[in-house]
Amino acid sequence: MSTITDPPSESFQLSQLINDTRYRSYTFQFIAMILLIAAFAYLGSNLVSNLRAAGLNISFDFLGEPAGYDINQRLIEYDSQSTHWRASVVGALNTLLVAFLGCLMATIIGVIVGVLRLSKNWLIRKVMSIYVEIFRNVPVLVWILIIMAIFVAVLPQPRDFRGEDAEASMLLGSFAFTGRGFYFPKPLFGPGSAVVIAVFLASIAGIFVFRNYARKALFERGQMIPTLWPSVGLFFIPAILAYFVMGQPISLEYPELRGFNFQGGVYARNSLIALTFALAIYTAAFIAENVRAGILAVSKGQTEAAASLGLRPNRIMNLVILPQALRVIIPPLISQYLNLTKNSSLAIAVGYMDLTGTLGGITLNQTGRAIECVLLLMLFYLTFSLCISAIMNVYNNSVRLKER
Amino acid sequence: MKRSLVIGATFVAGLSSAAAAATIDDIKARGKLNCGVTTGLVGFAAPDANGEWDGFDVGVCRAVAAAVLGDETAVEFVPTTGKTRFTSLASGEIDMLARNTTWTFSRDVDLKFEFVGINYYDGQGFMVPKELGVSSAKELDGATICIQTGTTTELNLADFFRNNNISYEPVPIETNAEAQPLYLEGACDVYTTDASGLAATRAAFENPGDHVVLPEIISKEPLGPLVRHGDNEWADVVRWTLNALIAAEEYGVTSANIEELSGGSDNPEINRLLGSEGNLGEQLGLDADWAKRAIMVGGNYGELFEKNIGENTPIGLSRGLNAQWTDGGLLYAPPFR
Amino acid sequence: MSDTHAQSVAYVRDTMLPEAEPPASETGVVKWVRANLFPDWINSILTIVAIYFLYKIVSGAWPWFMNGIWSTDSLAECREILQGTTGACFSVLTERWNQLLFGFQYPNEQYWRPTLAFILLFVAAAPLLFAMYVPRKVLYFTALYPFLAFWLIWGGTIMVPIVALVGIVAGYIVFKKLEGNSFAAGLFGGIAAAAITWFIGGFIADAMSNFLALPAVPSRDMGGFMLNFILGVVCVSLSLPIGIVLALGRQSHMPIIKWICVIFIEFIRGVPLITLLFVANVVLAYFLPPGTNFDLILRVIIMITMFSSAYIAEVIRGGLAALPRGQYEAADSLGLDYAQSMRLIIMPQALKISIPGIVNVAVGLFKDTVLVSVISMFDLVGMIRGPILASTEWNGVYWELWGFAVVMFFPVCYGISQYSQWLERQLNTEHR
Repeated sequence: MSTITDPPSESFQLSQLINDTRYRSYTFQFIAMILLIAAFAYLGSNLVSNLRAAGLNISFDFLGEPAGYDINQRLIEYDSQSTHWRASVVGALNTLLVAFLGCLMATIIGVIVGVLRLSKNWLIRKVMSIYVEIFRNVPVLVWILIIMAIFVAVLPQPRDFRGEDAEASMLLGSFAFTGRGFYFPKPLFGPGSAVVIAVFLASIAGIFVFRNYARKALFERGQMIPTLWPSVGLFFIPAILAYFVMGQPISLEYPELRGFNFQGGVYARNSLIALTFALAIYTAAFIAENVRAGILAVSKGQTEAAASLGLRPNRIMNLVILPQALRVIIPPLISQYLNLTKNSSLAIAVGYMDLTGTLGGITLNQTGRAIECVLLLMLFYLTFSLCISAIMNVYNNSVRLKER
Repeated sequence: MKRSLVIGATFVAGLSSAAAAATIDDIKARGKLNCGVTTGLVGFAAPDANGEWDGFDVGVCRAVAAAVLGDETAVEFVPTTGKTRFTSLASGEIDMLARNTTWTFSRDVDLKFEFVGINYYDGQGFMVPKELGVSSAKELDGATICIQTGTTTELNLADFFRNNNISYEPVPIETNAEAQPLYLEGACDVYTTDASGLAATRAAFENPGDHVVLPEIISKEPLGPLVRHGDNEWADVVRWTLNALIAAEEYGVTSANIEELSGGSDNPEINRLLGSEGNLGEQLGLDADWAKRAIMVGGNYGELFEKNIGENTPIGLSRGLNAQWTDGGLLYAPPFR
Repeated sequence: MSDTHAQSVAYVRDTMLPEAEPPASETGVVKWVRANLFPDWINSILTIVAIYFLYKIVSGAWPWFMNGIWSTDSLAECREILQGTTGACFSVLTERWNQLLFGFQYPNEQYWRPTLAFILLFVAAAPLLFAMYVPRKVLYFTALYPFLAFWLIWGGTIMVPIVALVGIVAGYIVFKKLEGNSFAAGLFGGIAAAAITWFIGGFIADAMSNFLALPAVPSRDMGGFMLNFILGVVCVSLSLPIGIVLALGRQSHMPIIKWICVIFIEFIRGVPLITLLFVANVVLAYFLPPGTNFDLILRVIIMITMFSSAYIAEVIRGGLAALPRGQYEAADSLGLDYAQSMRLIIMPQALKISIPGIVNVAVGLFKDTVLVSVISMFDLVGMIRGPILASTEWNGVYWELWGFAVVMFFPVCYGISQYSQWLERQLNTEHR
């Protein structure tokens, strides 16, 4: 009998690898590992033999060679004699620029539309939901192409500004909105302008200090200090004073029509504007839905409770509804930002030189280094996405309801 | 699709793995020539309303197919973009690339391709609206220029403006179709691409007369078919098929009189070309009629040119550099002997 | 009570006044307009601005649309007829209708095949989409549909899809037989049985290559909106099971499996689809054995499926995470093993929660299929950007074609998302 009541012998048997749940997971993992390694080895050996057969190799040396092509929009110094690497950096910066502007604009439009979709006004509600549905349900590539086409077709071209009775004229003599892009006056910083800027920055810091003080006064002593007008004053007056004291060191350079194009001033290219706008209104349609869902997710009892405490409507919105709605809105908002950034890789359809246009476009064409270029391209987007995801996780943890 | 899956599965099982055979044997086994072309450039390679590929480059593909397989329709046209063409060729997805590709040193040497000849001598030009009053490319300082990317165009342009020390604003556009509205609406002052492309584009405008092509040609663009490095037999077949088309024009062999001439003529060169004398076809690994079939598809080089891009077509290109050497052009087929 | 008061207090009214009509400003249209369009001054401004813009858009587009010409052969003829007046040239749509729908290489006389496959798609999808209204027997047709559609669209002998089907059935039977021993044995046995059947069936199909054969159409010849549809339907249906496996893998307690899934999902979600398509187009060929040549459409299907399965995995993971722990524990306490508890308890609930997310992914994926135009495939957008705009006849027609693309995509995507909202309401069994 004792043999039966004995605990099972600890000796390991091969069948336990399959039948014993304690060991089975190791078997599975081992098999998965082997399969994975085999797959990679298989692909790798194919790659090596293919490259050998074609007489090619994998090398990133081409990044150090002169690119040979020009890029219209460059945030850092670049000319056709710079290297492919530098061209890629220019492209990456352009990607980041359009992503940043697009996200900013998409947020603004999305929030406005999301709020308006809950408006009392029937017409506005309908118009906004038509906008949301149309933009959400058609591919973004089609929108990019359409908006670029509208942009180019509708706005006047520099040639229309020419001549005595020109068809178009500059707004206030300093802004030109053309199918090639927008031209703005550019500030020129003379000597002494550093002081003005320093004063301006200091006054912005001052506004924050003042607001903090006002809030403290409210919470500690119940004293209401008006903040709006002092802030506005603080924003403008010191900087303007400093500007005149220093003898007007900052002047404006106005764009003017010379030769083929407007010269001088700041030039925002049509491709940048059209792409930003297309990505923004496409993404804004999604953001609007998130915002609407976020506001609706705050239960009506919250509004009523706040009202019964005697809060005024705008304070209810600021202090009660928005903080709660934001917790629902922010995570999908971040993923929309990521989508926008990834969609910006369609830039080449309108001739915007982002990373896909430089590294994944002309550089790839000219050097024929497909594997290397695509690899770098993916690496860039991956790094960017992972960084944003990491930031988002930190944020999510910080706003998470502390439940017990 | 699923069938390919099944085939893929058998591959993985290691049941059969075809050793890299010679390209020409692959083509014969397959019964089809895979020929890389553009995604659509009228006159050179574009599908027509019925979905048939048509054009000058297409004519070369069909001639090769006729020479190798005896069937001009046994061609699978694989549309490629500027980005994908070299990979498609290098990976063996296509057997030859006839996609007005410029013969350059690095493509030949570094990318390991073999340009088998030149079927069109092109050069990069500029088109501007007449109303701008520009008569030379050197007056284009500060102009906004639409470029069709994916070719050598960007590099030529950068070099030209750097050499002349003038500035410009490049607007890279992927396809001709998208560059056109930009240029017509005035978002670009100038449109630049190969002169042949400019002519084709201009011909499609509502008012072609309002636009001029500037006299400067800023680059040499010898366009020709290419194959992979390392398979010289196949390269020879494509090279001599192209040469046969060119030589046929020089000797006056046309699709109209080829039947008659192939019976034998006074000119031994023609006889060797058409296979009634010598064994040139056999040396290539083909039969004696190979060149005859190639020429019969669309006629000789001159006939192909006239039919697809010549002066009577909407594209309206004159022969220019692409005339026979006897007419002051650059076409010069090596002797068939 | 009122009677007594009526005597003592003479001026108290003893009958109700007849109900008066509300003032004109508080009824009907006027009230509605006031309440919904002009409730306060800020809304009034918004209304007026909106009306102005709507008027602008309609008055701009109306003559263009009404003067549209539908029956010329080229843009030049349109211009001739219009004589400079505003008007659309819709003839490009009528003349290139088939190309826009089927691409330019699909044989004309075979158009009925994809059309039939498209119509049958609704029959096949009906029992899945409207489970409560359609008899369950139609599900057998749904199971057959992929093979039928493959045969219809690609053509060739019917033996190929039959062999594929027989292989799957054989695999399933073996799986069922061995499942009693253990799930893993069943799975591997099933796969082996299917592979053997396919291998043998391959020879049979080759031998009978003329049996019930439709003219074969190579996948390179697919194009137009049909290609968008094929890619969308195939990739979504393939990515659903893969997504479930990935989601389970990511939740798994086995670290290696978990990390493989995590890395795969995060990698795919971190890069734009277009780079994956570049991989399919320019890089993948280097990673395959020399001499293999699978066609572009298959490579693209693999890449898009990988892409969407990563997203679906994340959606399902959300659904899994939303299930209360009690469900897992209840399944364990019933003595169900992992496969059973997942199949019978966890997945049905998790999938139900994930439906809206899955549909969003599906709609997004369908829209993303137009990106294949960037890698020289002629889907709807590729046809427009490539052969049609490049042709001498239609060079310069933009608005009509882009408008057409919008008109094609919108109803499909809008319909799917409306369906998902409807389904959500149907499935809402929560106690509220």
